[in-house]
Amino acid sequence: MRILKRFLPYYRSGWVLVLVSFAQIALAAALGVAQPQVIRWMVDRVLTAGQWHWLLPGAALVVGLALIQGVIRFGQRYTMELVSQKVIYDVRSQLYQKLQSLSFGFYDKAQTGELMSRVTADVEAARQAAGMGIVNGSMHFGTVVFTVGAMLYMDWRLAAVSLVFLPFLMNAAIRFSGHARSAWGDIQAQTAKLSAAIQESISGIRVVRAFAREETEIQKFQKENNVFQTYNLKAVRLTSFWSNYMNFLAALGAIIVLWYGGRRVMSGGISIGTLIAFNAYLANLLNPVRMLGNIVGMFTRAGAGLQRIFELMDTRSDVAEKPGAKALGRLTGQVALRDVCFSYDTGETVLDHIELDVQPGQRVAVLGMTGSGKSSLIHLIPRFYDPTSGEVLVDGVDVRDVTLESLRHNIAMVLQETFLFSTTLKENIAYGKPGATMDEIVAAAKAAQIHEFIASLPDQYETVVGERGVGLSGGQKQRVAIARALLMNSPIIILDESTSAVDVQTEHLIQAAMDRVMQNRTAFVIASRLSTVMNADTVVVLDHGRIAAVGTHDQLIQLEGLYRTIYELQLKPAEEFRAARGVAV
Amino acid sequence: MGMPFNSGGPGGLRLDEYEVKLSDVDKAVYRRMWGFIRPYTGKLLIGVLLMAVTAISGLVGPYMVQVAIDSFIKTRDTAGLNWIALAFLVTAFLNWWSSYGQDYVVSWVGQTIIYDLRDQMFRHLQKLSFKFYDQMATGRIMSRLMSDVDAINQLVSSGVVSIFANSMVLVAIIATMLKMNWRLALVAFLTIPVLLLVIRYFRDRMRETFMTMRRRYADLNANLAESISGVRVTQSFTRENQNQGQFNQVNEQTRQANMDAISVLAMFFPSIEVVAALGITLVLWYGGVLIRGGAAGVTVGQVAAFILYLRRFFDPIRDLSQVYNVFQAAVVSAERVSEVLDQEPEVVDAPDAQAMARAVGQVRFEHIDFGYVPGQLVLKDVNIAAQPGQTIALVGPTGAGKTSIISLLARFYDPEAGRVLIDGHDLRNVTQYSWRSQLGVVMQDTFLFTGTVRDNIRYGRPAAIDADVVAAATAVGAHEFIARMPKGYDTEVNERGSKLSVGQRQLIAFARALCADPALLILDEATSNIDTYTEVLIQNALKHLLTGRTSFVIAHRLSTIRNADRIYLIDDGGIVEEGTHDELLNLGGRYADLYLGQFKALAEAEANVAAADSLKA
Repeated sequence: MRILKRFLPYYRSGWVLVLVSFAQIALAAALGVAQPQVIRWMVDRVLTAGQWHWLLPGAALVVGLALIQGVIRFGQRYTMELVSQKVIYDVRSQLYQKLQSLSFGFYDKAQTGELMSRVTADVEAARQAAGMGIVNGSMHFGTVVFTVGAMLYMDWRLAAVSLVFLPFLMNAAIRFSGHARSAWGDIQAQTAKLSAAIQESISGIRVVRAFAREETEIQKFQKENNVFQTYNLKAVRLTSFWSNYMNFLAALGAIIVLWYGGRRVMSGGISIGTLIAFNAYLANLLNPVRMLGNIVGMFTRAGAGLQRIFELMDTRSDVAEKPGAKALGRLTGQVALRDVCFSYDTGETVLDHIELDVQPGQRVAVLGMTGSGKSSLIHLIPRFYDPTSGEVLVDGVDVRDVTLESLRHNIAMVLQETFLFSTTLKENIAYGKPGATMDEIVAAAKAAQIHEFIASLPDQYETVVGERGVGLSGGQKQRVAIARALLMNSPIIILDESTSAVDVQTEHLIQAAMDRVMQNRTAFVIASRLSTVMNADTVVVLDHGRIAAVGTHDQLIQLEGLYRTIYELQLKPAEEFRAARGVAV
Repeated sequence: MGMPFNSGGPGGLRLDEYEVKLSDVDKAVYRRMWGFIRPYTGKLLIGVLLMAVTAISGLVGPYMVQVAIDSFIKTRDTAGLNWIALAFLVTAFLNWWSSYGQDYVVSWVGQTIIYDLRDQMFRHLQKLSFKFYDQMATGRIMSRLMSDVDAINQLVSSGVVSIFANSMVLVAIIATMLKMNWRLALVAFLTIPVLLLVIRYFRDRMRETFMTMRRRYADLNANLAESISGVRVTQSFTRENQNQGQFNQVNEQTRQANMDAISVLAMFFPSIEVVAALGITLVLWYGGVLIRGGAAGVTVGQVAAFILYLRRFFDPIRDLSQVYNVFQAAVVSAERVSEVLDQEPEVVDAPDAQAMARAVGQVRFEHIDFGYVPGQLVLKDVNIAAQPGQTIALVGPTGAGKTSIISLLARFYDPEAGRVLIDGHDLRNVTQYSWRSQLGVVMQDTFLFTGTVRDNIRYGRPAAIDADVVAAATAVGAHEFIARMPKGYDTEVNERGSKLSVGQRQLIAFARALCADPALLILDEATSNIDTYTEVLIQNALKHLLTGRTSFVIAHRLSTIRNADRIYLIDDGGIVEEGTHDELLNLGGRYADLYLGQFKALAEAEANVAAADSLKA
């Protein structure tokens, strides 16, 4: 009921069409009652009483009525679909909007496959019910009402007796819908589980193979596949039992009409034509009865689907915009963290009372061990997460007081995982600035050291890169991502330097690109190179979510601390190697 | 995120379109589908038998009405009426249970076939070589396993039922009508050609509109899938509005396609009703003519029965006309499924393959030639020798063939020429399982499975006890951060590793490799995502762990390269230089050049920057 109340407003803008459709449904249902009356009249007046001049017109009337009814039936469905398809369009569009706005915190926990099944299967279930379900359901309802009315009108005694089965039928329909709801819920949930299981073992096939764990994966899959089959069979058994039971009840009605109606004809209470019309009416009732199970199932699935859809729509984004959030202009690039604490909802403290002041144009290198909070720290600036306490300020403004779009427009990012979209390189580079000219794109690509590579491709900037940028190496993808960030030309840049999977030459290309990107901007770099650290205005060393030390390389190297350890163990040997190379020349 | 949503990788398979004509379908596809149905022919026969019972018991109703009217009601025979009502009741009861049985049996077969098919596909996927996965995106494999298999089920549970049940009903109705009154029957049958014309007209239009609709749905899903996967980038670049616009466009196209398909459908069913009404008209009119003539012995009861039969006559014909669509969709799906099943695994166990005992770790590549595409060699005459316990570093530019070498070592592919020998055994002569279960592999792409951290670490050796897991984690320096999480080793992670950083995931992947207690360790640029300090921890840990274990490392970090027992410089598919770090540096050859060349690369990079600046100005 709650779901219905929530869903109905979607029809608001098309309410006139809905009314038109319902009017047509009522008319068509009424016309459906007319045909048996014509037949009854034909049997009694023409075939039995011999008024043969009515034979041809009466027979033609049957076709004429059907023709009119046919036109109306097309109209009722078409009008309703006009509205319901728009409703579904809106639902999809809203879901998409929601998905685009949910925070990183949500996606940390979500599985792509499960989300997909919501937006596809659940919306599809709603779509079927919203158009076809409503039209057929109300058509059937109208047919039942008019048919029962006509039966009562012809002979209330026979009608009353032949309709005793109706209460049983209602009872059966209600019990069936109860069973069906839980059965379909189980199937839908299991479908999601099964796809998730398959998807995971396909995505991870390389790991599966490397560890020779195929059998484990097969067993995991079989477990889900088994449950899936069991649930489906349970639903099949339920559906076929109840729908056939309902058919049986309808047949009981026909038997009663024949038996009791026959006696009424014998006693002269009704004519043979009436008996035949009663039979036809019972046949009219049969279809709604048969379809009852179907329609109940359709609405049940739609209800379950809508519940999940609304659940998703109601998911509150952790980083919602304030009602009166103001748009930021172009920032100068000043960033400050004031007593910032942060933890994910597991409760584990990730950042612990962080204080940081960064002036426009400064370059900040962030160092620390894995899990020390480096990623979390830089994710707070574009407000991918909100701090648990404290505040993040850009140009003196709390990031929670401004619109997300204007904030993020001021920040370019090169994320650790390079994701490219399945489109051309040109579009990928211009991702953050859709209106960019070709000159701008090429300039960004040149600065990111990827232009030469792109120019060497047959389709150059029109080359389509596949799912997850298939066809490009890790280093190439990363440079495309850098070009993408460069094109934003934003006052703040956030880089994750822990480059993956590149050879020495490529690493140098990337480094040059990154240096380029940081020029004249406030830059935050998760650093893994000595040169980055040396060139940084400020080095922030993180240890278990706390700032262990802040300063320049020269200052920090004087202290006996974590930085010194990192320097001694990794940065210095690399430097010495460079020196050794110089000797080799 | 742009206009063409080709989710396909390079060199996609041919069945991505829905417009495949039945005539194009290979006979082998039918044979294969028959192979899945055959084990259940007995059950299906029972189903068909029950269908016959259902069809006949469902059709005696109108006949009994006719008998009741003509023989008992008109003659006021109350006892006869009682009997006929009782007979009617019995047949209705029979009809209830036989149709229940029929539905259940047929659906059971359908569901079981689905189960078998998915099971076989999944097992096959586990055997298929990486070449297959290189060219087939996950989403496309998924759609074959989920939607295509469902479409095949439609064929069994709707298609087969429809053909048999409806044909039986049709034959039974025609026979009964002819027997009752052949003249009236023939007149009623005049509507059949009209009906067939109507069906044909709509069938083509339905096919077209439904095809378009399916294609729109495919676009919609592709857009959605990518939007979800790339949501972090989207938010970083504030592309939400732009994407919404693109999505709305696809969404609108889907709505349009839906409307078109539904319009045709909404016209189709009423049209059938009109033809049915035409039949009733004909029966009434000609029945009247015959009764008036008095000669043919037509009764009012017969006319009544005919009208009842005609109502049931059109449903089976309409359903049968739909079977073609179901059938076509199913066959196309079957072909797509077959395409997966027909993929031969490139790497298979030899018939006489032996299980390999625990390897000592001596590795030899002898004159290896290898390529992913026929005619294009990626490796040419590669020779590598590693003594037990040695650390081998592979260095060289991207695309030189380093990953190919370790892929051959793990036997993810087989070489075109030459042999890979482990302790003197050709890898092709041992079972894949016995060899791979001795490997510890850490790849570029850190993939964790849904489950606890503990389960992920012991993935390669499920028998590992908790102490082993902790030991492995401690050795790679992962224990500290795992222990700091509230749930420790019982923390749930998934594909994307949820709250773990990339570095942490890599540490877990490391622990996973070590926990497998491998005879041979393969690291593919595995330390690139770990910060310097952590890497040092790992390097130190590895120093101890690598002793007694042969290991192959694709290395970029100097510390790894320097500590290797032997360095192979790979370029353009061949070994250019080999030796220790000092040997190669003193050699002053390519290895030394490669590092000196960095300066050159840097200079070029700076030139590019200058060029870009001048273009901007």
